[in-house]
Amino acid sequence: MREMTYSEAMAIGILEALAEDETVVLMGAGFGGLHGDPAVWGQLREKFGDRITNPPIAELGYCGIAVGAALTGLRPIVAIGTGSFSFEAFPQIANEAPQAYYGSRGQVTCPVVFHMRAGIRGAGALQHSTAPQAMYWNTPGLEICVPGSPADVRGLIKAAVRSDNPTIFIDHERLHPLMGEVDETSSGDIPLGVADVKREGSDVTIVATSIMVHRALEAAESLADQGVSAEVVDPRTLVPLDKDAILRSVAKTGRVVVADETQKSCGVASEIAATIAEEGFDSLRAPIKRVAIPNVPIPYHQSEEDYVTPTAQRIVEAAQVICS
Amino acid sequence: MSSTMDITTEDKLDLLRRMVLIRAFEERVIDLYHRGDIAGLVHVGIGQEAVAVAVATSLLEGDYLYGTHRSHGHFIARGADINKMMAELAGRANGYCEGLGGSMHLVAAEVKAMGATGIVGGTIPLALGTALAHRDAGLVVAVYFGDGAANTGGFHESLNIAALWKLPVVLVCENNGYAEFTPMSEHTVVERVSEHCKPYGIPARTVDGNDLLEVLEAMSRAVEHARNGEGPTMVECLTYRLRGHYIGDPAQYRQANEVAEWREKDPIERLTKQLKSERALDEDAASTVKREADERVEDAVRFALGGEYLSMDAMTARVFG
Ligand SMILES: Cc1ncc(C[n+]2csc(CCOP(=O)(O)OP(=O)(O)O)c2C)c(N)n1
Repeated sequence: MREMTYSEAMAIGILEALAEDETVVLMGAGFGGLHGDPAVWGQLREKFGDRITNPPIAELGYCGIAVGAALTGLRPIVAIGTGSFSFEAFPQIANEAPQAYYGSRGQVTCPVVFHMRAGIRGAGALQHSTAPQAMYWNTPGLEICVPGSPADVRGLIKAAVRSDNPTIFIDHERLHPLMGEVDETSSGDIPLGVADVKREGSDVTIVATSIMVHRALEAAESLADQGVSAEVVDPRTLVPLDKDAILRSVAKTGRVVVADETQKSCGVASEIAATIAEEGFDSLRAPIKRVAIPNVPIPYHQSEEDYVTPTAQRIVEAAQVICS
Repeated sequence: MSSTMDITTEDKLDLLRRMVLIRAFEERVIDLYHRGDIAGLVHVGIGQEAVAVAVATSLLEGDYLYGTHRSHGHFIARGADINKMMAELAGRANGYCEGLGGSMHLVAAEVKAMGATGIVGGTIPLALGTALAHRDAGLVVAVYFGDGAANTGGFHESLNIAALWKLPVVLVCENNGYAEFTPMSEHTVVERVSEHCKPYGIPARTVDGNDLLEVLEAMSRAVEHARNGEGPTMVECLTYRLRGHYIGDPAQYRQANEVAEWREKDPIERLTKQLKSERALDEDAASTVKREADERVEDAVRFALGGEYLSMDAMTARVFG
């Protein structure tokens, strides 16, 4: 085990994916973001420079090119950069990639990974803060990975690359410097669609992915001080969604807060809450609570950002309401 | 100063003052950024002021302007209130957009500066739309974009439609040679952005973007062309950003000698020198220009930092009109 940043673990996962299969290629180099550690990301260029292309500002074009390459033999990982920019490529991501397999009745597959850095990042304002996972969840045929820890990002990026389906891979902007343990002596593989219980508890379930896992763990810590035992379930992938793990936890606790950094209406929390209401109703001892972003664009100033951000404190407050 | 080149000395002094004001504003923005009063991705156009001033002064009051992610200069040149601009950058409620958007989302509708944008290439089609809406009124729309934006699909779609519908739009390319950290030659085989105009029959010129009078001359013709109903044109201005891509970018992807060469071509220095050689400006007058600009910027800073933040109720309200 070694402590490393999320960013480094991501780089290790990508290096492993490139080493494992020579059809894996990278399009763009923005995985590490503007402040990506050159010591970490430089290795990629050194070892696999011939498999990296640096496309111009042409999201629609290069995402389509990645789809075409995926249809016919390559496994591209496309670094779109800020999640909001993926909307420039929406026709290719939503209209072409997800239909390829289904529409051809399996004649072709589309193993492309659309990688983006998203979420409320600190003064990203209106056009650099969108977390688009809920929007893509409305597009059947796209897998969606939303890892929250170094070990998870390393494992999931490899699973996404190996998958024959198009995958949306979202790193929250604020996760990159986060530290966590990664076992480099093992492959660290994580299958898509398997949740991870990040903390066990018995009074209330908090379902959270990505950055929200950390806020949920922080909330669980302060709930524990108040005598409330919270369980934190991290689905890690939204598609496929490990419903069983969520329902199992709710069966145990009878109470649930779904915490997510997407907008409240038709957001990630909404879909998970609806699933629990539909399939786990008998276990519920209190109404389901959603902690999400109010339905406004993300404003620029920090005090405003803080106000719309689903924080640990808001999770605690939601849990208190249903646990009292 | 709508039409051609009978520019008086007083005009030139006015143009210089505008450039100096933009420079002073942006230098103070950098300072405030490092003090934590301004945040986020902030792109300054230090070194590109001549383009901003020449374009804005070629337009008439009713004309429209669209910007980019690097638009402080565009807006100031157009006559936007620098108090409200600075307040916007500082996230205050007395800013143009009540502090909701910051540097990349400036809108100053009162001077028809319709929008900066965080999305590269995002405003090009918008400018065409405004041109379509106001074509019959004889208005002209100018839109800025970078060499990087010329690789977007929206740019190419817009060229076709602008030519097809003969829209009164002036496409102003600020070609500073880089898109973020990548030189133009790594993103396109095309050497000059203006070459894209050829197949559509759009008249285009590539000019020295650091020579204010040359840009002004090209812009005046382009604006006249549009106003006469003859359709779109492009003015490609070769220029350089003397600072990094965003505040904080160490800009290690550029050679020191390249930066030094462009420093020699600083548009403010150039016009200053010219005015001095014409004996229209002496050392004293030049420092007065600078001092007055600094004072105006200080007023703007006081206005900005004295502003309140938007209340949370106001922030979550008015998502719809
Ligand atoms: C659609 C989109 N893709 C990528 C970016 C990230 N980005 C911001 S500025 C920039 C470079 C733009 O270059 P150019 O158009 O030449 O303008 P300059 O920055 O040189 O003024 C890029 C790639 C973005 N803001 N929007």
